[in-house]
Amino acid sequence: MSWVNDVIQGILLGGYYGIIACGLALMFGVMRIINLAHGDIAVLGAFLMYLLLQHWHTSPFIALLPVLPVMLLFGYLLQRLILQRSLRAGVLTPLLATFGISIVIQNALEQGFGPDVQSLGGETGSLVTASWNINSQISIAALSALIFVAALVIYAALQFFLSRTRMGRQMRAAAEDPDTAELVGIDSRAVYARATAIAVGIATLGGLALALRTTFSSYAGPNQLIFAFEAVVIGGMGASIWGALLGGIVLGIAQTIGAQINPEWSVLSGHIVFLLVLISPRGGLLTLRAGRVRRRAGSTRLRATA
Amino acid sequence: MSLLRIESLTARHGLLEAVKDISFELGQGEVIALVGANGAGKSTLLRAIAGAHRPASGRIKLDDVDITGSSAHDRVRMGIALVPEGRRLFTNLTVEENLQVAESRSRGGRWNVESALDALPLLKPLRKRRAGMLSGGEQQATAICRALVTNPRVLLIDELSLGLAPVAVDLVYETLRVVIEDGMTLLLVDQDFTRAASLADRVVCMLEGRSVLEGMSSELGREQITEAFFGLAGRGAGQP
Repeated sequence: MSWVNDVIQGILLGGYYGIIACGLALMFGVMRIINLAHGDIAVLGAFLMYLLLQHWHTSPFIALLPVLPVMLLFGYLLQRLILQRSLRAGVLTPLLATFGISIVIQNALEQGFGPDVQSLGGETGSLVTASWNINSQISIAALSALIFVAALVIYAALQFFLSRTRMGRQMRAAAEDPDTAELVGIDSRAVYARATAIAVGIATLGGLALALRTTFSSYAGPNQLIFAFEAVVIGGMGASIWGALLGGIVLGIAQTIGAQINPEWSVLSGHIVFLLVLISPRGGLLTLRAGRVRRRAGSTRLRATA
Repeated sequence: MSLLRIESLTARHGLLEAVKDISFELGQGEVIALVGANGAGKSTLLRAIAGAHRPASGRIKLDDVDITGSSAHDRVRMGIALVPEGRRLFTNLTVEENLQVAESRSRGGRWNVESALDALPLLKPLRKRRAGMLSGGEQQATAICRALVTNPRVLLIDELSLGLAPVAVDLVYETLRVVIEDGMTLLLVDQDFTRAASLADRVVCMLEGRSVLEGMSSELGREQITEAFFGLAGRGAGQP
């Protein structure tokens, strides 16, 4: 029965990884940018909420409300002022640019907040400790369930946005062929900036989830990036938006089962699954169907449906 | 007054001058067939007019307004739409979504997704199909529709029949006839110059980046166009 509990805990943990991975998958799917600062951006969002809560004693969920638009604007400007310029210089330059941004954010956070670890879990009252005991061996933490539901809502909203809205269709068109998108009147640079803003906004939600479920520090970003990157790769490298959530769930289950075998194997077992997917010819859970479409219909970048 | 005016336009690919000092005008409702062999510079000229290729020198004027420096997406708003070589549809989007994407940037006017599908009934049953799953002729018809729903004032079509089966070529020419009857101003590039010329009011023939023949299609003979097309004009028999 404890194995069942491990799988359930893994699925719930996967919800968190899915949120963190979502923005990374979106940026990769639309612009082919691997944002090495993604984890640090999530931590930046968490610190901004922490800063607000220092002066304004309220719920972290209320603190999210002013932080989210600030982070959306940050994402928009990040693309327009830095990443768009670096895209012109080749494939490697955006990678280096985001690496630089990552270092800048880490050092700025350390200057501003010091090296101490922080958490927002204590600001949520009983939410952090509340749980449902299904039986003696299966227990579901309320916060983990909330984060998982939030992940489902985020992915469903993104799916709806990409497939049903005008801006979403423009994003998919610019993701597939930016030059042709220009020829039908779409300003690809503006579309990219909106995609980055959305990705940064979702990373901020990931930052909130991180801050609620555990501690974070100025240098917590790279760890979150690794988990997000692994989830994206396991899910099929942005071939499908839902793939990143599925990848996160697989990663979460691998970690909890690894921890059941040996507590020291938790993170390691996730890495092993990631490596196995990386070397497999299939190359990701949701790439097979995308690959089939690619063979029939030319190149595939971002697809709204899994 | 001409709708579109090209003045001494030169465009390069690196050191290669693909278009050399081309000038011509396109009047409202006029159809020009731009013909020439491979490498003559036709596609580069169309891409320069559409804003997808920055010219080295010269001017492009729409309604006497210089648009040479404007971006491709701004030119769509001004009323220039290009159907690019190879169709370049968004293959992961459905036919309807391809049209909706273009319609979202429309200038407003007679053409929208529904009117375009009404004009091309063959696409109606395919509207929910992924564009990558269409035949070549259906893709070309979709590409023309996609350009139409931006409500262009000037429609540029590059290599209309390239890579299409004869039955598909018939289909896209039929499509084009509908568009021309609607009064569209058109600059058409096609390897099948006889067929392109049959639709056009005027023919401009390019050779190695230059305009070597220009005239009313009703006045130019097939032989005259062929000679200009292959660069045989002025050469006597037996000359290399």
